[in-house]
Amino acid sequence: MTRQYAFFFDSAACSGCKACQVACQDKHDLVDGRRWRRVYEITGGHWTPHGPAWTHTVFAYYVSVACNHCARPICVEVCPTTAMHKRADGIVLVDQEKCIGCRYCQWACPYGAPQRDESIGKMSKCHFCFDYIDQGRPPACVAACPMRALDFGEREALERKYGRVRTVYPLPRAQLTDPCLVLAPHRDSARAENSAARIGNAEEV
Amino acid sequence: MTKPRLLEEILHETFMGRRSFIKWSAALGGAAVLSRGVYFALEAAAIPPSAAGERMIRVCCPAHNCGGKCLLTATIRDGVITRLGTDDRPGDTLADPQLRACVRGRAYRRRQYHPDRLKYPLKRSGRRGEGQFTRISWDEALDRVAAELERVRQVYGNSAIFVPYGTGSYSNTNGRQTVDRLLNLFGGALGGYNNYSWACIQRATPTVYGTNVTGNDRQDWLNSRYILMWGWNPAEMRDGTNSNFLLKEARRRGARIVCIDPRMTRSAVSLADEWIPIRPGTDAAMMSAMAHVMITEDRYDASFVRTHCIGFDETQMPSGLEREESYQDYILGHRDGVPKTPEWAEALTAVPAATIRRLAREYAAIKPAMLYQGYGMQRRAYGEQVVRAGCVLAAITGNVGIPGGWASGMAFQPGWSPFWNVFPRGENPVKARIPNFLWTEAVLRGTEMGPEEGVLGVDRLDNNIRLIYAVASNCLINQHANINRTAHILQDETRVEFIVVQDQFLTSSARFADIVLPACTHFETYGIQDGWKYGHSVLLNPPLVAPAFEARSDYRICVGLAERLGLEPAYSEGRSERDWVAWAIETYRESGMPEIPTLAEFEAQNLGIYVVPVTEPQVSFADFRRNPQKHPLPTPSGKIEIFSRELFEMGRPDEIPAVPKYIREWESPFGLEAKRFPLSLIGYHNFHRVHSIHENVDWLEKAFPHRLYINEEDARSRGLADGAPVRVYNDRGALVVPCRITGRIMPGVVALPQGGWWTPDAVGIDRRGAVNVLTSERWTPLAYGNAQHTIMVEVQREDEEKS
Repeated sequence: MTRQYAFFFDSAACSGCKACQVACQDKHDLVDGRRWRRVYEITGGHWTPHGPAWTHTVFAYYVSVACNHCARPICVEVCPTTAMHKRADGIVLVDQEKCIGCRYCQWACPYGAPQRDESIGKMSKCHFCFDYIDQGRPPACVAACPMRALDFGEREALERKYGRVRTVYPLPRAQLTDPCLVLAPHRDSARAENSAARIGNAEEV
Repeated sequence: MTKPRLLEEILHETFMGRRSFIKWSAALGGAAVLSRGVYFALEAAAIPPSAAGERMIRVCCPAHNCGGKCLLTATIRDGVITRLGTDDRPGDTLADPQLRACVRGRAYRRRQYHPDRLKYPLKRSGRRGEGQFTRISWDEALDRVAAELERVRQVYGNSAIFVPYGTGSYSNTNGRQTVDRLLNLFGGALGGYNNYSWACIQRATPTVYGTNVTGNDRQDWLNSRYILMWGWNPAEMRDGTNSNFLLKEARRRGARIVCIDPRMTRSAVSLADEWIPIRPGTDAAMMSAMAHVMITEDRYDASFVRTHCIGFDETQMPSGLEREESYQDYILGHRDGVPKTPEWAEALTAVPAATIRRLAREYAAIKPAMLYQGYGMQRRAYGEQVVRAGCVLAAITGNVGIPGGWASGMAFQPGWSPFWNVFPRGENPVKARIPNFLWTEAVLRGTEMGPEEGVLGVDRLDNNIRLIYAVASNCLINQHANINRTAHILQDETRVEFIVVQDQFLTSSARFADIVLPACTHFETYGIQDGWKYGHSVLLNPPLVAPAFEARSDYRICVGLAERLGLEPAYSEGRSERDWVAWAIETYRESGMPEIPTLAEFEAQNLGIYVVPVTEPQVSFADFRRNPQKHPLPTPSGKIEIFSRELFEMGRPDEIPAVPKYIREWESPFGLEAKRFPLSLIGYHNFHRVHSIHENVDWLEKAFPHRLYINEEDARSRGLADGAPVRVYNDRGALVVPCRITGRIMPGVVALPQGGWWTPDAVGIDRRGAVNVLTSERWTPLAYGNAQHTIMVEVQREDEEKS
C-alpha cells in the first residue's frame, strides 16, 4: 500500500513543450482554460556588444508544476468544509459535494494548484489521476512526456532513485508545505536564483 | 463489377439523420451522454466496450504534415471521441521507443469538434477572396468542378490545370495524391517538383554526395561524442518523434551538444550544453571560418580528404579544371584576397572570433562528431551554400561513414525510403513541370517560362495556369510568399479562371476559392500513414467517428468527380477507403516490411502501429568509407565533391559557385535596405501549429500565444512594452501582433512563428500575424526554392489611434 504518492520532474530535460499540460486538459476536460498542470519559463541574463560581436549571459529553463500532494497540505488546513482532504495514499483531492467554492484553498496554496470550476462554482485540482492510479496506470501527464522528464511513485522510492531536491527557483521553500515533489534542477537554476530571473511566459500560466 | 461500398455510403445507410446538431454540440462540451451511437467502422476491430460503454482505439495521430508520427489512444463513447491518450505500448526501449504525441495531437479534440469545421460544399457569392459563400449540395458542387475541369481542358488543355503544393493531409486516402490520381486519369495537369520545406538541401546535397541518403539511423546518435545542432530545433518542430529524446540519451552518455541558432530554442534549453547565437543567413560564413581554422592549424583529416574527396586543394581538382579555384583557395583567400578568418566571420555572424576558433578545434578534435543541419537556414537566399558548406565540414573532419559521425546534408535514412503515401498516383501525361514555389509566375506568365526558371520536361510552358485545384493546401495564400501580391494575382478572375479548395476549415486559401469542398479529418475515414523521414513504422487510422456533417474524404470526393468525368471505375478500381488501406499495407509489405500485419490483424488486435525496431543502427557511406574504389559514391567522380564540376559548368559563379561560399543575401543587415528595415525576421516553426494547421485550436493558442519575439535591446530602443501590439512591416506588407520581449533572441533579429492565418483589415494590414505578408517571392538560384526566411523588417509601437 502506497503511503504517499509523489511526482518527479526533470527540469534539465524539459523543453517546455506542454504535452503534460494539454494531456491533463484533455483527460479532465478542462475546456474553460483551467490548467491543473502548468509550465513556467524562467529566464534571465544580458547581452553585451563587443565590436561587431555579441556576447551574452542568457539562460532559460522550464518548471512543470501540478499539485504536489503535500505532506502538510495547507489547502486541507484552511478548508472550512473538509471538502479538501488527503487520501490514505497521500493524494489530495476535493470532494465537490462538500465544496462551497470559497477559494480559501486557492489563496493559501503557494503552487496555484486549486482552481475554481466556474461552471459549477466549486474548486477543482490535480488529483494525480487517481482513477488511472487505481487501474495501475500512470497519471496522464507522466505518460505524456516526450522527454520522459516526469515520473511518479512512492515518495521514498522516488527520493532513493532521484535524490531529495524538493524545490527549484522560483518555487516556494519546501518547508512551507512539505511538497511531495522530487526534482532534477536545470544547470542554470542556481544562477537564476542569484540573479532574480523572471518568469518569461507569465501570460501563459 | 459490383459498385464499391464507400464509407460515406455505409454511413448514410447506417445513421443518416442521426448526426444532429445536438450531438455535435454535445461533443464540443466533451461530456456527451447520448443514446448509443454507431460504431460503424469499429465492429471489425472486435474491441469490446468497457463497463462504462467506452472503447479505446489505438490510432495514428492525424499529424498532418508533422515531422513526427505518433500513436494516440482514442476513447470513444456514443460515437464521440471523449479522450486522446498517447502510446501505451509497454517497453519504451531505445530500439522501439514509445511514440508519445505532442500538444498538437493531445489537443486534437479541440480541432476535430471545432465549430468552424466546414460542414457543406460552398460556392462563392461575393468577389473572389472576399470570403462570401453560399451553401450548395454535393451534386451541384461536383457537377460544377467537373464542368470546369472539362471546360479548361477543352479551351486550354490539361497543362492549364495545377494542383499547388500542399501537405495538409497525409493518410493515403486524404491528401493531394487522391487528386493527382484523378487528374492523371483525366489527361494530366501541369506538374510541380520541389517543396517549401527543403528545396535547397534536396538539390544541393547530391552535388556533394550524389545522394540524399546521407543520414545514419537515429539510434547511432548515441555513439556520438560531439553534436553541433546547427539551426536544428528538434524539441520544437519535431524532426521525427523521439529525436529530442534520443539526443537526451546521447548527452547522458557523454556527448557534448552545442546549439547554433539566432534563438535560444527549446532545443538549446533542454538538449544543449551551450548556445551560440548567430545572425541569420551567415551560417556559411561561420562554417568557412571554421574550415580556415582547421586548415591553417592543420586540424582537418588530411588523409580522409586525400582518399575520399575531390576539390579540396589544387592537387585534387577535376581534370581540365586544375587551375580553377579550389575550396582551400577560397578559404585562404588566394583568389579574392579575403582569407575567411574567424575575424572576417565575426563581423558577419556576430559570433566572437574566439568562439568560432574554439568550436572549430572542438569539432575537429572530438571524434566521432555530428554536424546536423536544420532546414530553416536553407530556406533562404543562397540556401544551397550552407548545405554544401556543412557537408564539406563533415567531410574534412572525417566524420563521414563512421558510427557516431554524420555526413550532414539531407540525411534521409539508409535502408528505408520515406514513402509519405503509397497511394498510386499514376503517370502524369503532361510532361511539363515547374518548381512548386514558382506557381504564381506560371499564373502570370507561364508561356514565357522555360528551363532558365526551372521548367522541366518542355522548352516552354504552353499555358498559363487557368484552373487551380488545391487540396489540403494553404499554399494558395497563407504559406506562399508575399501574400499581398498573391492575393492580388488571384483576385483577377481573368487569370486563374476557376479555383476549387478542398479542406477542413475555411482557411485563408479557401477564402479565394470559387467552390469549397469540405474534407473529413483523419479520424473520420480509413487511412494509413508511415513514419515520415525517420521511417520504420506504419500507423493505422481506422475511422473513429462519423464525418462532420457532410464532409467526405478527399478520396471519396475524387470518386464523385471520377463518376462525372467518366473515369470510373478506373479511378477507384472498385475499392473503398478501407480497401485502399489494405492495399497500402500490402505495398508496405513488399517494400521492406515483410512482417507487417494484415489490416484484419491490425484491427482485431487494436494494434494501431507496426514498428521495425532499430537494433543495429545503419550508417550511411560505411562501405564507401572502408573502400572508396570498390564502393564509389554516385557522384561524377565517385568521391565527395567539395568542388562540383556540374555547378562549375553552369557558369554562374557569383550565385552558384563550384565550392561552397558565403554569399551576402539579397536582403541583409549589410545592404542599403537595412537603413529602413534593420531587423532580420525569421518565421520559425513553433509548437502551436504544423505550418498553418491547428491555428484555431484554443488550447494551443493559450499554451503558445502567437507573438513577435524581440530582444530587450531592440525593444527598448523602440519603446515597446512586453505584450503590447507592435506593427511589423517592410515594403511588401504590414502586420500587427503582440510582442514578447525576451533575451532568448539575439539583438537585431526578430522571430514570428509561421502559419498564422492571414486576416487583413479594411486597409490591408494583417491583424493576426501571417509572416508571409512580409516575405518575398524571389527564389534561390540553383534549387528554385523558397527563401522565405530572408527578409528584413522594421518594428514599431502600434498606437491605438493609428489602428
